[in-house]
Amino acid sequence: MNVSAQTGANKIHRINITPYLFILPAFLFFFIFILLPVLNTFRYSFFDWTGFSDEVFVGIKNYQELLKDQTFLTGLLNNLKFILFFTFLPIIIALVLTALLSRRNLWGRNIFRVSFFLSYVMPMVVVGVVWRWIYNPVFGPLNTSLKSMGLASLAKPWLGDFSLAFIAVGIIATWVQYGYCLTLFMAGVQRIDESLYDAAKVDGANEWYQLLHVTIPGIRSEISVALVTTFIAALRVFDLIFVTTRGGPGSETIVTSLWLYTNAFQINRVGYAAAIAVVQTAIILLISYFLLNRSRGQEEGD
Amino acid sequence: MKIATTKSLSPFYSRILNLIGILAVYFILLIFFITTVVPFLTIAVAGFKTSIELVQGAFTLPKLWLFENYINAWQQAHFNWYFRNSVIVAVPVVVISMILSIMSGYAFALMKFNLNKLLFGIFLLGIMVPQEAYIIPLYYLLVDLGLNDTYFAMILPQIAMSVCFGTFWMRGFFAAMPRDLIDASRVDGCNVWQVLWKVLVPNAWVAISTMCVLFFIWTWNDFMIALVNTSSDTLRTLPLGLAFFQGRHTANVPFISAGATIVALPTIIVYLLFQRQFTRGVTSGTLHGQ
Repeated sequence: MNVSAQTGANKIHRINITPYLFILPAFLFFFIFILLPVLNTFRYSFFDWTGFSDEVFVGIKNYQELLKDQTFLTGLLNNLKFILFFTFLPIIIALVLTALLSRRNLWGRNIFRVSFFLSYVMPMVVVGVVWRWIYNPVFGPLNTSLKSMGLASLAKPWLGDFSLAFIAVGIIATWVQYGYCLTLFMAGVQRIDESLYDAAKVDGANEWYQLLHVTIPGIRSEISVALVTTFIAALRVFDLIFVTTRGGPGSETIVTSLWLYTNAFQINRVGYAAAIAVVQTAIILLISYFLLNRSRGQEEGD
Repeated sequence: MKIATTKSLSPFYSRILNLIGILAVYFILLIFFITTVVPFLTIAVAGFKTSIELVQGAFTLPKLWLFENYINAWQQAHFNWYFRNSVIVAVPVVVISMILSIMSGYAFALMKFNLNKLLFGIFLLGIMVPQEAYIIPLYYLLVDLGLNDTYFAMILPQIAMSVCFGTFWMRGFFAAMPRDLIDASRVDGCNVWQVLWKVLVPNAWVAISTMCVLFFIWTWNDFMIALVNTSSDTLRTLPLGLAFFQGRHTANVPFISAGATIVALPTIIVYLLFQRQFTRGVTSGTLHGQ
């Protein structure tokens, strides 16, 4: 280090209040509108409160009730089942598409890449409108196509069908998420050393082998980011359900976020809703902590 | 063209195999292209149809391209308001969050102070917690402040969410900047404030523009904050307006389609214009409580 750098560092060190002044405005927003409310959620969860009545301290009663609440438990189970559609299917599809797109100078490669990401960028409400129409039992493109192919027996009321609604919503989720995973993976592939592929080719490896032994190990950090992000998306899905099924038919597609919203803002069980929020947040933080730590450990183990 | 080589076959056969391979690849890509893009296109076309035409076939073009649905959605169904509201919310969120994130990211990256690590850790919490963790007390806080059902009820929480990520993002970028640049400007007599705005920021536009595009799209697409904290139709943003509009006109699909297209269009335009920033933002391993 030269002399000027030293004095520079010293100057910064001496003015003690400066860093705090730089941070203060951002911190105030964060403190007032996120941190304080987060702490309050925790506090609310120990009270019986309608939002306008007096608060009554009830200890852990809300949490005890959660364990017996069929709607909540169904919702939680649905969140977990959604992981298949939010995480596993999109990642598998994205890996296949990455293999197809990344190793060739295909004509129109960028058109494909850009368009596959479109569904992820769109507001979820638009996605909801599009798919409600696709699934429309009477004149939706899906059923009319099936009928015109002579498969009228397969035409179903999709989102209104007890046995199919969950899968129908899940397919929308996969449709939204795969483009995100693909974009992530395509960026990762660019980092992989070309010589690894050349070496694999010299050994006579086919594309399948290259995908498994060069591409996937090469984008492992991207895969773990995709895992964490899509996991979280599955555990906190709200918009998608709100604009397609609102949890129905029955409680086939109910999720914890929707049950939280219903309790907090429609049936005025604020304390109980807060308990749902605490449990949901705890699960999300635990899973992300676990996944992030694991992937970090793996990378260090290399 | 670079194609995985098939080993020890006659040139003729390997060429045929390659051709089949390429066709298969295009076939798969096309299927995904069609399932992703065609739904949006058919919705846009459906907006030009009459209800009768729509029932007759999803993939046909209308005989007469009716602008009626679009005009009615824009004027009578208030999508002009919704659009204006989305702009009124998104612009201040992006501008203010950008400035605040640059400032706090700078402090965390390049200044030494006792609480640096602790405070930064608390900021990270803001990236990790989902909206559900604070949406309920946030609603009552805004009611108490008298801000419920105003633009501020959307703008202020969105800034709060954005600056958590922005602080993290700008800190990473500033920390990776060459020290020589900063040192040299200090010699020229710049104070900390001038170093930031005259030296660092002009060299950080790549990171800043990416961050702003992310702020914009998060705010523009937000649903829950707007749903919970506003109730007047006159305040609704595009996504919220569309959700309620869909509820009112469930039977009139061409009308809903026109509304959905109006909501989708700005997003598509912004996405196509700022594709690089989108890709960069998404691929930098961003975790965000969206």
